[in-house]
Amino acid sequence: MQERFDVIVVGAGPAGNAAAYTLASAGMSVLQIERGETPGSKNVQGAILYADALERIIPTFRDDAPLERYLIEQRFWMLTDDAYIGSNYRSAAFNRPPYNRYTIVRAQFDRWFSGKVQQAGGLVICETTVRELIFDGERVVGVHTDREGGAIYADLVILADGVNSTLARKAGFHAELQPKDVALAVKETLFLAPEVIEQRFGLQGEEGVAIEMTGAITHGMVGTGFLYTNRDTLTIGIGCLLSNFVQQKIPPYELLERMKAHPAIQPLLAGAELKEYVAHLIPEGGYNAVPRLYGHGWMIAGDSAGLVNSVHREGSNLAMTSGRLAAETAIALREADRPFTAENLSRYRRRLDDSFVMKDLKKYRRLPATLHENPQFFTTYPGMMNAAMHEFITVDGTDKKSKEKAIRRSLGERRGWFGLVGDAFKLWRAFE
Amino acid sequence: MHIVVCIKQVPDSSQIRVHPVTNTIMRQGVPAVVNPYDLFSLEEALRLKDRVGGRVTVLCMGPPQAEMALRKAISFGADHAILVTDRAFAGSDTLATSFALASAVRQIGRDMAVDLVFCGKQTIDGDTAQVGPGIAKRLDLQLLTYVSQIDAVDPERREIVVRRRAEGGVQVLKTRLPCLITMLEGSNELRFATQAGIFRAARYPVQRWDSKAAGIEDPSRVGLKGSPTVVRKVFAPTPNTQRADLISCESGTPEDLAATLLAKLTTRNPELAALLGRAGMQETGR
Repeated sequence: MQERFDVIVVGAGPAGNAAAYTLASAGMSVLQIERGETPGSKNVQGAILYADALERIIPTFRDDAPLERYLIEQRFWMLTDDAYIGSNYRSAAFNRPPYNRYTIVRAQFDRWFSGKVQQAGGLVICETTVRELIFDGERVVGVHTDREGGAIYADLVILADGVNSTLARKAGFHAELQPKDVALAVKETLFLAPEVIEQRFGLQGEEGVAIEMTGAITHGMVGTGFLYTNRDTLTIGIGCLLSNFVQQKIPPYELLERMKAHPAIQPLLAGAELKEYVAHLIPEGGYNAVPRLYGHGWMIAGDSAGLVNSVHREGSNLAMTSGRLAAETAIALREADRPFTAENLSRYRRRLDDSFVMKDLKKYRRLPATLHENPQFFTTYPGMMNAAMHEFITVDGTDKKSKEKAIRRSLGERRGWFGLVGDAFKLWRAFE
Repeated sequence: MHIVVCIKQVPDSSQIRVHPVTNTIMRQGVPAVVNPYDLFSLEEALRLKDRVGGRVTVLCMGPPQAEMALRKAISFGADHAILVTDRAFAGSDTLATSFALASAVRQIGRDMAVDLVFCGKQTIDGDTAQVGPGIAKRLDLQLLTYVSQIDAVDPERREIVVRRRAEGGVQVLKTRLPCLITMLEGSNELRFATQAGIFRAARYPVQRWDSKAAGIEDPSRVGLKGSPTVVRKVFAPTPNTQRADLISCESGTPEDLAATLLAKLTTRNPELAALLGRAGMQETGR
């Protein structure tokens, strides 16, 4: 018997689940295919959930989604080898529901999300890998899985198979991922008693903290680190461009070990026990690396489309939003009784362009190249700022005017005045 | 031929950790799997069905989420799946569990007489290997444990010939049906489910039986009440923190290495140092 559906969604991450849930809720017949043993078993993220993107899909998600802690504080640190300078933002306003950001454990969260897809009427099958797309001329008409008798047909296929989208590459929808357009991130989850977490980070109940870090921890590579509080675990991770890892020859786990040993970080991890270690690729190519997003009978969403805002560490919300917009495009076409041709599906790209997804990516389109060509932002500047701060707050009998002079001189020596002005201009262009 | 396969959903023991502070097993977030030993029995049952035809019914006792384990069995080709689930079963030991499962097998037999019951050799969470034999005893079935191969089955003459791993050798045993078999691990290799099997599993309505539907009249025979075994305490053995030290010294000569080793030992163990010190002094006359 031939299996046939309105839509096949490949992948059960945030993009795939958002698409499948939206489609199934609108009464379309949906098959979702996941290669992991369960939805979420292969999915990796920091992980912070941005409520807004999910709220637009499941407004009542807070009732039963497995959420760890809501964030009331954000810290940003620039580290040298033995110091950091940083900023904290903590607000009582974040303590009022509905909360805006949560830490989550993806294995649990994704399973919950997939449960919603199934409740909405979507058929979810796991441990099944889609090997390739079935074409009829230029039109995608279904998928071939790795199982015997695995040809399954649909009017539309939504690719949400993740960063390394082998399907899209095999079909020629986008080129091989370039090492400069992808970051390799490693992460550890560490057990720590909730009371200890709360005491150590100044939290109560379900409150949580996110710390984003840059500077010496990346050893000159383009990248950032993070530390998040979950209910009874901490997650700590670091990610740098794959091309940098290749040049520097630092094993990723060693980078993480060194970061964990930093004098500012080590005390925060004291007594914590390793639960798991994971690694993942993150698309960092930004706007200029976004491939074609639709064609005859197909659309692509989430990481597989490179939709990650690396500046703000946002990805899952872009994934969910793109999945939802792909689904809504399909629903609108079906209701108007129009076929899933490339021309009709181009509405998906337009809707993405009109949303924060493409607007944000476009805003930072120059940044990947700027950072890639200017490693001083990750090496010289954190050092300069920490040294200036050190000088400024050390009381040693020097008068303040002389101190300021010394700081200015040191800035000029470390980077040169032309360099400083040039860097400021480059950053302004990249963030403009 | 009607074959019943009893399976259990267990926490994936390779991912279980003991809480460093409270010393209790942390089940939260640990993925559940079909007890790996049961899969050898399931595969063997499916192979028998392929050989002589008939029906394979999978039976599982556990909480509602154990339905996943049954669905998996369906994907491989089992025909029916029944989940025996009831709050009354909570806390059942092997005596109560085998009582409940035997009762359920009896109920299954009302529809079509059961010729063979398969169980895993043991579970990876309890490790008792008692439930299979407990079912056999209650249903008055011939019992063949540690079976490594089924040589022949004759549904007409109601006979089965198997190879059984025994201490010091392999027994070739013939017995009459119905019987209960527990398969040895590694005796076969589980098949890869077909696409049709995966779809059937995803859509299959797993039957749920409460204790009454499973034919249990006397609730005091199951759950905590029906379980004479009480777990007094669960604890993790103190981890052995032995560390290897690489001993090296500049010269690398055997004498210097020995001296370095001795120095390491004596600093670690002052008592030994005192003892050696006395002996050493006597020997060298220092």
